[in-house]
Amino acid sequence: MLRLALLGALVVAAVGAVADIAPKDRRSGFEFMSPQTQAMQSDETSNPGMLWVADGERLWGESRGSAGKSCASCHDDAVDSMRGVAARYPAFDEETKRPIDLMSRIDQCRAKRQGAPSLTQQSDELLALTAYVAYQSRNMPIAPPDDPRLQPFRDNGRDWFNRRLGQLQLSCASCHDERWGARLGGSVIPQGHPTGYPLYRLEWQTVGSLQRRLRGCLVGVRAQPFDFGAPEFVDIELFLMERARGLPMETPAVRP
Amino acid sequence: MKWLAWTLCALTTVASATSTQQSVRPYAVTGDAIEKSLTGQAGDAKRGAELIQQRHKSLCVLCHSGPFPEPHLQGTLAPDLTGIGERLSAGQLRLRIVDMKRLNPASIMPTYYGVVPNDRNTRVADAWRDKPVLTAEEIEDLVAYLQTLRR
Repeated sequence: MLRLALLGALVVAAVGAVADIAPKDRRSGFEFMSPQTQAMQSDETSNPGMLWVADGERLWGESRGSAGKSCASCHDDAVDSMRGVAARYPAFDEETKRPIDLMSRIDQCRAKRQGAPSLTQQSDELLALTAYVAYQSRNMPIAPPDDPRLQPFRDNGRDWFNRRLGQLQLSCASCHDERWGARLGGSVIPQGHPTGYPLYRLEWQTVGSLQRRLRGCLVGVRAQPFDFGAPEFVDIELFLMERARGLPMETPAVRP
Repeated sequence: MKWLAWTLCALTTVASATSTQQSVRPYAVTGDAIEKSLTGQAGDAKRGAELIQQRHKSLCVLCHSGPFPEPHLQGTLAPDLTGIGERLSAGQLRLRIVDMKRLNPASIMPTYYGVVPNDRNTRVADAWRDKPVLTAEEIEDLVAYLQTLRR
């Protein structure tokens, strides 16, 4: 029996070792795209996501809410104050005692400091502000904070990543750890690194968040998707950012 | 030795009967095959040929390539189905579509004829709850079609 258990442990360890992508093999989804789509992202004059960044820059300076303040009233020039911030999110939120993603952090700041009504998760205004803030980290390496309070949430995110879901019983890892580079239908499967959110997706014809993207995969495996803003999504993002550690930020990325 | 085989056969039949719901009828596995048609009748190869290309229903071509139209929209995640009718018998094809994980638990091929228990960890979407991916009739159509794939 003990021998069986040991063998089982060995097999699990071996599968685990195969499943994780070694840091040297980590590749952004950018590398799996056609040269045309790559060029669209790289040239800021052709990158449609830059329209949201420009919108975000304008909103950054506009007063909102009962406090009569803009983001700039407290944070001054985002080019300096927001540099590298997105590369470190999600971060631990002292108020709720759990991780918070960049989008919700911006919205929380609006409600608390500006006295402005909360924005809906997929509103253009919140996507634009988030894109503008994340743009200040462009080309900086993803560097999740070394905060032990985040670990249980990151572990939960990892569990969701590895869990077979929905009627089709596929996990994120089934494709993005174990079969990246192969083709699902006509599309190459990338490794699933959240390097460029919010990003412009040609399939959407607009800018969207990581949560929107994750919902797409959940629907694909015929699972009930989490609601926008669900804590599970933040935990998954926390794990994905650790998994993508060191890759450069690309916001606003373009994807097919 | 014969009694053991019979007991195993009976056990698997009971297992598939109890672990599934009304939409899935019991079936018997012999070796790596389900010898009997799930409907008791032969499928329609012509309907199977249409079904295999319905990427949102049968899903086959998302992972498999084969002698079907639009090869650039076919996946590379699973074996090419060209000539599969020569390599596998009807019964072997049937079990692989019905429940590939019985032969290889690590397979990513969905179980087409079974019901995934819905709970907080599996999160089966409302529209698909308590249903198999395909009906017994549809699976028989696929089996009939795949048997015609010969080099």
